[in-house]
Amino acid sequence: MASVVRKGRIESERWQRLDEVRLAALCAGAEAPALAAESVVLIPLGLWLVQRARLACLALRSAVLLNAEDDPSPLLPHLGAVSRIAVHFARFADGRGYSLARVLRQRHGYRGELRAIGDVLRDQLFYLGRVGFDAFELRSDQDPHAGLAALADFSASYQGCSDQPAPLFRRRAA
Amino acid sequence: MYVYDAIDQRMVDERVAQYRDQTRRYLAKQLTDDEFRPLRLQNGLYIQRHAPMLRVAVPYGMLNSRQLRKLADIARRYDRGYGHFSTRQNLQLNWPRLEQVPDILAELAGVQMHAIQTSGNCIRNITTDHFAGIAPDELVDPLVWCELLRQWAALHPEFAYLPRKFKIGVSGSPADRAATLIHDIGLQAQRSDDGAIGFRVLAGGGLGRTPILGQVVREFLPWQHLLTYLEAILRVYNRYGRRDNIWRARIKFLLRAKGLEAFRAEVEDEWHWSKDGPGTLTGAEVERVSRRFTRPVYRRLPDSGELHRQLAASRAFALWHERNVHAHRVSGYRAVTLSLKRRGVAPGDVSAAEMDAIADLAERYGCGEVRVSHEQNIVLADVAAARLHALWLEARALGLATPNVGLLTNIIACPGGDFCSLANARSIPIAADIQRRFEDLDYLFDIGELDLNISGCMNSCGHHHIGHIGILGVDKQGSEFYQVSIGGAQGAHAALGKVIGPAFSADEVGPAVECLIECYLARRDSDAERFIDTVRRIGLEPFKEHVYGKRRSQGTHRVRALATA
Ligand code: SF4
Repeated sequence: MASVVRKGRIESERWQRLDEVRLAALCAGAEAPALAAESVVLIPLGLWLVQRARLACLALRSAVLLNAEDDPSPLLPHLGAVSRIAVHFARFADGRGYSLARVLRQRHGYRGELRAIGDVLRDQLFYLGRVGFDAFELRSDQDPHAGLAALADFSASYQGCSDQPAPLFRRRAA
Repeated sequence: MYVYDAIDQRMVDERVAQYRDQTRRYLAKQLTDDEFRPLRLQNGLYIQRHAPMLRVAVPYGMLNSRQLRKLADIARRYDRGYGHFSTRQNLQLNWPRLEQVPDILAELAGVQMHAIQTSGNCIRNITTDHFAGIAPDELVDPLVWCELLRQWAALHPEFAYLPRKFKIGVSGSPADRAATLIHDIGLQAQRSDDGAIGFRVLAGGGLGRTPILGQVVREFLPWQHLLTYLEAILRVYNRYGRRDNIWRARIKFLLRAKGLEAFRAEVEDEWHWSKDGPGTLTGAEVERVSRRFTRPVYRRLPDSGELHRQLAASRAFALWHERNVHAHRVSGYRAVTLSLKRRGVAPGDVSAAEMDAIADLAERYGCGEVRVSHEQNIVLADVAAARLHALWLEARALGLATPNVGLLTNIIACPGGDFCSLANARSIPIAADIQRRFEDLDYLFDIGELDLNISGCMNSCGHHHIGHIGILGVDKQGSEFYQVSIGGAQGAHAALGKVIGPAFSADEVGPAVECLIECYLARRDSDAERFIDTVRRIGLEPFKEHVYGKRRSQGTHRVRALATA
């Protein structure tokens, strides 16, 4: 059973990935009422950009889905209006999502939820948390309690990052 | 030598605990090989040909005697009683057991050491000049900057899964003994006209299959911006570097694909938001880190007349003095290289007993510190001139006084096929054969300065591209062959060598090197013209002629038609 580590707690709500047919139906207004009750729906960036006006009218909770290779620039002007973004890790060892998170948070000031999904494992959680993810949909075989514990693997860090923009040397001085 | 504070210590301790748990889960089959691989690599552990190999970080090459004794102790208790110093100033243990690595890391943490990021696709150990802080030609002491970079790079959350490994080298001297041109990022510390410290930033250098020298991305970066600017470079690389082809994944390929101008523009754009932000270094922090370095207390020493008498009295001492003793910025002091290049021992190998002995020498003749050079030797940085002779006698008794620094037998070689699973060919026997052929000291000194580098495969850990003579192991239908290049150089006039022709079998390499040397001695302008100068002046042809012509005329060897591309 896959779980989500979020805000220091273990939750079970996963964001839903729909196939293209259902996404099309959703944008046509056909699927929304049923889904709305269920859970947050992931809308791939490309589709979200085209359909965002329409999506906004639906009684639906949605999240923008970014893949590691996506260029987030078209999303940036709307960032203030977005409250959920998911970054999908196809492979845990693909580090692009780390920089993407930092750019969204620190360069563009994104304040909503930033969720890591896909190949998300316990051993990457500490760094993911530092670069700006605040929710982690663990791969289904992962123990959520271990995931929660991993966020405290280190009690200090040298560098400033999204979670703590001031590097250690500035905090030491304070 | 930098001394940890409580937070530095806590971080390495927590790293050990984290890795202990990861190892436990791997052994309990809760982590797959693929999941465990980057975790163990970023803790220094490779799986090699015969056994795992653990690469211990020696940050910018500095060790104190206590640490060296601990390494000796670890080599004895967890390994086969010796270690190998690599061209990246680290120490490699060739036979640790995977289950014991957490214990080894805990022992290291006990003496303020670690193996963090010595391998894997992350920011690796920072390297610098082995004469940092003591070289008379130094513009800026790089040590404090290296430590600031070490802390910044250590456990950096954003850059643990880069497209490929990432190496940073720092030099504070125009002679560039840190080989900054062959690093992913090379930093050349400078002073502006008004005395302010800054760095020339180079990027995209590297050896490997496609050797390229770094290009200048920024001519003068004021020190305050060091970390934010480096983060901008790394972020551009992390986002856009190739991940589909491991042979095209280093930053040099990104730089080449984008072009220098576009790359620079991208970095500047990325830098823009963090510039002057909280990551900007402060004078207080530089000062704090600087104060955590123990510094030798120099006395006022007369430049000893005794030394001149000793030099006149012993030719062997004079030869050693000529090659292995180096100038020091403080009058009355010298730096000394203890050569780990002796016949019969693999270049860079050092036994536990030797580590202990070197630790003693460092305490008795220096300030209890040693440096590991990228030429795989040990440097004692602060020796009083008057005590050189006594040190030489002791070093000689230990077999550490081969007077060959900068000479042909000071061979730089990777572990090669005897240890490394990636190798095409062995490098250690080739080094041994060449050392044997040039054992005669008069001949060796007559040949003069010459860098000879050997790599067992295109990964180029032995830096063969920048050897005056470079030897590269290649595989030809399952047997070991060696490509020979000449004309490479390190330092401020770094250059990449060119292959002279078809590859040689193992027993042909030594004779080929002899031919190159014969040709050089016959063609050199005077004793003062070094091998590399002659190559630059007359080009490759005469050397080719001599090597392959001679081979043909002797009729003993068939020229093997191996592609030399
Ligand atoms: S150059 Fe090749 S053979 Fe030598 S150590 Fe590196 S990977 Fe191994």
